Amino acid sequence: MTDPSPPTPDSRPPEPALTPPPAQLDTSFARKPRVAANKSRRRDIPQGLWTKCPECGEMVFDKELEEQLKTCPHCQFHFPLCARKRIESLAKPGSFEEIDAHMTSVDTLEFTGTDSYAAKLEKHKSRTGLCDAVITGFCRMGAHRVALGVMDFNFLGGSMGSVVGEKITRLIEAATLQRIPLIIISSSGGARMYEGMFSLMQLAKTSAAIAYHGRSKSPYISVLTHPTTAGVMASYASLGDLIISEPKAMIGFAGPRVIKDTTQAELPKGFQTAEFLADRGLIDAIVPRRQMRERLTEYLDYLCAAPAAKKTA
Amino acid sequence: MKHLLDFEKPITDLQQKLAGLREQTAARQLDVDFDEDIRRMEAEIEKKKKEFYANLTPWQRVQLARHPKRPYSLDYIARSFTGFSELRGDRLYSDDRAIVAGFARLGDHRVMVVGTQKGRDTKENILRNFGCAHPEGYRKALRLMGLADRFNLPIITLIDTAGADPGIGAEERHIAKAIAVNLREMALFKVPIISMVIGEGGSGGAIGIGVSDRVLILENAYYSVISPEGCASILWKDRTAAPKAAAALKITARDLLELGLVDEVIEEPLGGAHNDHDGIAQSVRTALLRNLESLLKVDPELRVRQRYEKFRRMGKFNEGAAPGAPAAAAVSPAG
Repeated sequence: MTDPSPPTPDSRPPEPALTPPPAQLDTSFARKPRVAANKSRRRDIPQGLWTKCPECGEMVFDKELEEQLKTCPHCQFHFPLCARKRIESLAKPGSFEEIDAHMTSVDTLEFTGTDSYAAKLEKHKSRTGLCDAVITGFCRMGAHRVALGVMDFNFLGGSMGSVVGEKITRLIEAATLQRIPLIIISSSGGARMYEGMFSLMQLAKTSAAIAYHGRSKSPYISVLTHPTTAGVMASYASLGDLIISEPKAMIGFAGPRVIKDTTQAELPKGFQTAEFLADRGLIDAIVPRRQMRERLTEYLDYLCAAPAAKKTA
Repeated sequence: MKHLLDFEKPITDLQQKLAGLREQTAARQLDVDFDEDIRRMEAEIEKKKKEFYANLTPWQRVQLARHPKRPYSLDYIARSFTGFSELRGDRLYSDDRAIVAGFARLGDHRVMVVGTQKGRDTKENILRNFGCAHPEGYRKALRLMGLADRFNLPIITLIDTAGADPGIGAEERHIAKAIAVNLREMALFKVPIISMVIGEGGSGGAIGIGVSDRVLILENAYYSVISPEGCASILWKDRTAAPKAAAALKITARDLLELGLVDEVIEEPLGGAHNDHDGIAQSVRTALLRNLESLLKVDPELRVRQRYEKFRRMGKFNEGAAPGAPAAAAVSPAG
């Protein structure tokens, strides 16, 4: 279920590294002015911090990329965004209170593949600075207090093991008890293989928690980002009162390679993209990242009764 | 002999020898008395079998779980239940034959039974899609479980699937969402729900009808987050490493019982369920009845709460709270 490597053969590279200017002499100079045209910023940009957009091939200054929330200023391609940055982009500044920040995974099965699970965890912890693949907490968005969970694909492919399942469940339960809206930004290859059936059971655990949140009459907005597949898609990510996606995110249950191998058929154009699924009725709206905060706040304005009305109810 | 697994061979060889000996005695009416030899051989076979089947590797159990002669859902429905009356269709798109469902009686109890169904031969496997359900199958299951809930019929689900269908149509019609909705709704049903993994418990496709008050599993069945082959191809880039993966994933009935992820293991006849369909069906019936009767004694509200708490407890992690920090109060919204 879990493929820790990005699930598409044509999948996008991880977080852009600091790449030197390209080797091809002529083309790189020819393209440079388009970026440099933004004159006001030109002086502030240190030399050599470029990222090539995998979609349009343009070179983008990393600083500009950060300012644009990791979206390409030329073609709007959405690069992966780490969980911390995503929270910054959504929560009212300074309002985020993290919960269960130190919860870590345990190698219950003593799982050893090519590497031990324990070693993999250590590697991903030091590489990402995260304790596991999700950050949860409370924040303000507009007039609303929101329970917010944000997954991070960089940590073992955003896979859901006991920690992700437990943190998400606690977040949902807290939202239920406090009767506040819940927003979960998903990005995951699915259940975490290294925890075996404990991981599969997180599907049931999180979905059951969503069932009770639904009864509390507060809304749940599920936001899908590239990629959201398998076990996470087969649980809470599919259960939003609203299901929103970033453009061109890969979304599905089975991996495209598995589907291709099993069916021996040519996959339709755009198969398993947000746009494909929006056309087939799964997704309420595709919202570009830079409009996400505004749109989510707007949705909450519609879905959450005014505090005064709540009291009388 | 058809459908013989490698590791079954030494035992069937002995059995064949024994049969030959018996024939000879009968046919030739020799004076020589083979009775002693036959008895000794029988005892030896029995001993070998017991020894052997007690020590199967996880991979051997996976092979037994996939044995083409193993009883499938409809075999149990015919033997462990009575009066099955099939109900079909998801009322949205089609009737998925990879899932069978309908009214049936378990002892004196009227129940709703739902199961994934594999085919016995190629033709039936095409009809049943090898037991891999499409979204319509999960939606049919949900519709009929919802019906059972409204009319107070306990729900029994039989799980035997390599996984949900990994195809284009399944994705186009949102298989992941169909499973997710089942997980959510099964958590809320007021009637007792019992699931039994009778063969393969393939990941999301299995748990899609498996959120239950009691999860039972047959001795040689397996239940896994990913197929051993899938795991092997990710970890070792080699599907033939599946035996290693099967061991690492801890997917056998006994492992899962030890980990607290299933509630009960049902013993199979010696050599596996395929050797005695009637025998295993009787054990299944007894176990289902016993669990159903104990669940029926529990107040429905409490039963639903206990179901939530049962899954709520699953997971191992390190809290890692800073010293002195108050532990988060565990308050169940189901309470």
